[in-house]
Amino acid sequence: MATKALNRTSVAEFVLRTPAVGPALALLVAIVAFALTTDTFLRLDNLSLVVQQSLVVGTLALGQTLVILTAGIDLANAATAVLGTLLMAKLVLTGAPAPLALLTGLVVAAGIGAATGGIVTSLRLPPFIVTLGTLTIVTAVSRIYADGQSFPVTDGLLGFLGTRQYLFGQVEVTVGMGVALAMFLVLWYALTRTAWGKHVYAVGNDPEAARLSGIHVRRTVLSVYLVAGIVYGIAAWQALGRVPNADPNAFQTGNLDSITAVVLGGTSLFGGRGSVLGTLVGALIVSVLRSGLTQAGIDSLYQDVATGVLVILAVAVDRFSRRRQR
Amino acid sequence: MTREPVLAARKLVKRYGKVTAIDGADFDLLPGEVLAVVGDNGAGKSSLIKALSGALVPDSGQILVDGNPVRFHGPLDARRAGIETVYQDLALAPAQDIASNLFLGRERRRPGLLGRVFRMLDSGGMRAEAERVLGDLGVRVKSMQQPVETLSGGQRQGVAVARAAAFGTRVVIMDEPTAALGVAEAARVLDLIGRIRDRGLPVVLISHNMPHVFEIADRIHVHRLGKRVALVSPRERTMNEVVGLITGALRMGENGQLEEVSTVARTGLTTRP
Repeated sequence: MATKALNRTSVAEFVLRTPAVGPALALLVAIVAFALTTDTFLRLDNLSLVVQQSLVVGTLALGQTLVILTAGIDLANAATAVLGTLLMAKLVLTGAPAPLALLTGLVVAAGIGAATGGIVTSLRLPPFIVTLGTLTIVTAVSRIYADGQSFPVTDGLLGFLGTRQYLFGQVEVTVGMGVALAMFLVLWYALTRTAWGKHVYAVGNDPEAARLSGIHVRRTVLSVYLVAGIVYGIAAWQALGRVPNADPNAFQTGNLDSITAVVLGGTSLFGGRGSVLGTLVGALIVSVLRSGLTQAGIDSLYQDVATGVLVILAVAVDRFSRRRQR
Repeated sequence: MTREPVLAARKLVKRYGKVTAIDGADFDLLPGEVLAVVGDNGAGKSSLIKALSGALVPDSGQILVDGNPVRFHGPLDARRAGIETVYQDLALAPAQDIASNLFLGRERRRPGLLGRVFRMLDSGGMRAEAERVLGDLGVRVKSMQQPVETLSGGQRQGVAVARAAAFGTRVVIMDEPTAALGVAEAARVLDLIGRIRDRGLPVVLISHNMPHVFEIADRIHVHRLGKRVALVSPRERTMNEVVGLITGALRMGENGQLEEVSTVARTGLTTRP
């Protein structure tokens, strides 16, 4: 009895300390299930497609993770990325050099992030409300700027992340995958190996404790929104690599999809707990689920039902594990 | 007073609108002593302590460190002056591990290129240092990588105290360190306070618990209605006398003798000269 209880607590402790374990197991279960129930799921071309389909939302989710770790939330991330795609594509079409267009998109996205962070920290307003406002504003600005049009991407640089390579002659990989991996590694390093990362977690965990420990809380939160904005700018570039067309109506549920990926990845909406590794897994879970259920012949609306159930489950697990600790 | 106070305050005032939290308070902490600060709820102890630890900027008055006037604009300023504070809610990040908490806000980076260019933390070094500090103070935990939320109340207190003791070079301030603890854990924290004093680091102890105060304190600062009303020795006064000073039933006379106070004056409803 006693040893059994001890084991149970140490397992719970392990899962708590490495929150990506649960999601990784869920991902594995999903992959095995679809491998057994469909003939096509485990094919290399399908797996490659699954990863490619998760790139944009996955990138948005990386930025979202940073914000959620500070106990915030960003509803405007996809809208920011969409504005980025429009800027990049339209500027090139109107004759601007591609590098300048790309840079403009990135800078504007970073600027929106910085502005959001500035409002959240200086006015001390809830991020949910602030980003609800910026979501509305940025979406409107995108529509005004696009003027009812969408903009095809013909330029090599803007479409660069969609460039395909074949590993061993059969595994299709894109430059975008490499960029996503690199971003994940950079953010993982920054969050786990630098003081900035410790401060991001501490601020989300308990802002007052962080302040009393001498952490510049506002500066840290502001930096998080700025970095997230840059990440959304890169998500815009990823989007143009996936679909060479900038459409003001794209990614309308991107914000919620990114939150889904973050939550499925085991990051707590209450802040201070979670990881970018979990988010990577979470984004893959969504993509695997969609692909697998499609191949199993299940309607996409039911896929949404399944995703929704998973989100609620994930939050419930987070809540439950937190209560155990108190 | 022959020795120069390590930390002192002269005529501190802090008002919030019409409420006066600190009303011309004096404060003196001598080298190597444990000074207990006692007072009723709302007497303004917390405000005084916050002013001394930089968490609150007084409207007027002076704070002196080793006799030199200073101005603290935030907790960091006080920390730079060597004053460390253990807050009542401990100011720990529960989800982070012990080593991270010990170095929270003053993380150490790796030497050389890794630290300077890549800002890489010296996690191993910080863990080893955390282990040494906690070991020295007799705070026993399983591992430095344990999240703080998995610790008992006493262990958490131990981590917070160890953090203050490790970085404090002049003063350690502790706000109600035993309030949330059981008997055995409280005794261990009192031990810890004694050990910090034995290292020559003076301690300011805010407490409601008279037995604890009388067990560990060298002097007792009695705070009432926003100011210091008495500074007594636990060897010369009884607990009842100190409680009388706290409630206002007793008053410290000009000649250092305790006087009884009439009920009307004690309620503070009359205008004072």
